[in-house]
Amino acid sequence: MTTTATTPESRVDHDAAGERLFDELIAQDSRIEPRDWMPADYRKSLTRQISQHAHSEIIGMQPEANWITRAPSLKRKAVLMAKVQDEAGHGLYLYSAAETLGTPRDRMTEDLIAGKARYSSIFNYPVLTWADIGAIGWLVDGAAICNQVPLCRASYGPYGRAMVRICKEESFHQRQGFEILLELANGTPEQRAMAQDAVNRWYAPSLMMFGPPDEESPNSQKSMEWKIKRFSNDELRSRFVGMMVEQIRVLGLELPDKDVRFDEETGRWEHGPLDWKEFREVLAGRGPCNAQRLERRREAHEEGAWVREAAAAYAQKQALKTAQAA
Amino acid sequence: MSEANASATRITPGNALRPEDIALLETRPADAVAQYALWLGDDALILAQRLGWWISRAPELEEDVALANIALDQIGHARSFLTYAGRAWDKTEDDLAYFRREPEFRSVHLVEQPNGDFARTIARQLVVALYQWELYSRLVDSADPTLAAIAAKAVKEVDYHRDHSTQWVLRLALGTEESRRRMIAGLKLTWPYVEELFTDHPLIDELGETGVRPSSLRAPFDAALQAVLDEAELELPAVPGAVGGGRLGRHSEHLGYILAELQVLAREHPGASW
Repeated sequence: MTTTATTPESRVDHDAAGERLFDELIAQDSRIEPRDWMPADYRKSLTRQISQHAHSEIIGMQPEANWITRAPSLKRKAVLMAKVQDEAGHGLYLYSAAETLGTPRDRMTEDLIAGKARYSSIFNYPVLTWADIGAIGWLVDGAAICNQVPLCRASYGPYGRAMVRICKEESFHQRQGFEILLELANGTPEQRAMAQDAVNRWYAPSLMMFGPPDEESPNSQKSMEWKIKRFSNDELRSRFVGMMVEQIRVLGLELPDKDVRFDEETGRWEHGPLDWKEFREVLAGRGPCNAQRLERRREAHEEGAWVREAAAAYAQKQALKTAQAA
Repeated sequence: MSEANASATRITPGNALRPEDIALLETRPADAVAQYALWLGDDALILAQRLGWWISRAPELEEDVALANIALDQIGHARSFLTYAGRAWDKTEDDLAYFRREPEFRSVHLVEQPNGDFARTIARQLVVALYQWELYSRLVDSADPTLAAIAAKAVKEVDYHRDHSTQWVLRLALGTEESRRRMIAGLKLTWPYVEELFTDHPLIDELGETGVRPSSLRAPFDAALQAVLDEAELELPAVPGAVGGGRLGRHSEHLGYILAELQVLAREHPGASW
């Protein structure tokens, strides 16, 4: 597809009046819009974050789509299809938000396929059972919501607005995931065991979705100053653990973490040690499904090329016809 | 539909009708009506299963969304038809979808056909959408108020499916040389399975004003298809029709695999609820 976007290169890089306005808007907690002047690093950092987020939605379709044809009831099948469809929709709004910063969707897609762009590492774990569909909704979407709700107030307008809509749909997804697990937890012994096994496998990876501990997170500080990010990785992680402690009781299952406790002094929920070595391995491309996920995206993109070319050629011919008729 | 019927079943055509509402109906369909509902429900179910495969594999994101929409509409129609059919035999939609064996299914061979490339999927979609639109736009006048109500909801959705597939046939047929070649090939592969859609069966004679006679849909279908082909500068494929048999439980070789995947988890846990 051809895409149009504003080109940042055409703009003056340094503009004293623009910079003053930018600083004022940030200080007032107001919004930066696509036509406003912004520091090159702000643009770069946002483009990286929003495109990574879009890629995560698109790659994230795969693990769940893996169960569409096998969903165990027609209602669950319909709900799962709708969920994966929402993710494609989220990818679309996010790519559009990133395009307002000057990078066309085509280039972002190429970077993803070439392995140059990142997406959430969580999607490099395999989705082995139907209970995983529940655990992903509950834990992975739950963690995503904790991360994303503050982004609704991100200083960049198009991102913040996209996040408002995405968060509404994500919270619906989380409820669906919880409902799947609840049904399994109250089902046959096999179903209950399937649910506990899924929670065991997805708990630690979902905690690691908040990113490395604060002292090791290189991009966080500047993002907080620019009010793209509002809370630190560890703050959000702790908040999430607190929520899970409440909800696992309702499920009647257990969190696979004996060290979860509320620290009265810090007012934070603490959790057991996480395997950051594994996190870095998966991030570096050595997770169980990294190669598979990228290959599937590449295949869909390349095998769809002739369709996109046909659509573009047809649109061009139609435009020519209209012009000739005029 | 008469006022009296509407109040008896709490359904009015055009209102959103959920499978859950149909499950609560006090009236039970006669066996023949239930058999007919299976025809339509199985077509929609198997098509949804095929289309669901595309989600996350489509040529562009917009098409992941569009094909998912169509699959969702079809699964919705399937749930309504199967729920209604099940009322005759004290079975749920899931009993029928997950615990019938292959010869008990009533889907036509067309919906069982592989997705192939995008052009083949679009060719199948064009045929199905034109057929279903002609069918549902008549079924809204069925003497059976529940079938009429399901059709009233479905016909609006299938109208969009017609538009979607028509637009893609035009783009592919008139786009590039490659897309035109693939569109022609897709239509050719689809064509043998068209005839079965319009074959009458003795069941139809039992239904009277309740069902729609398949052979009566052929002329309007042909006219609608011809209009699309003319605009796309395509010709009707010169290939013979294949012997069908789906309505009698004689299926293509593909259905076994489709059902194996569809039913595997439910059958591993018989009696479980999800």
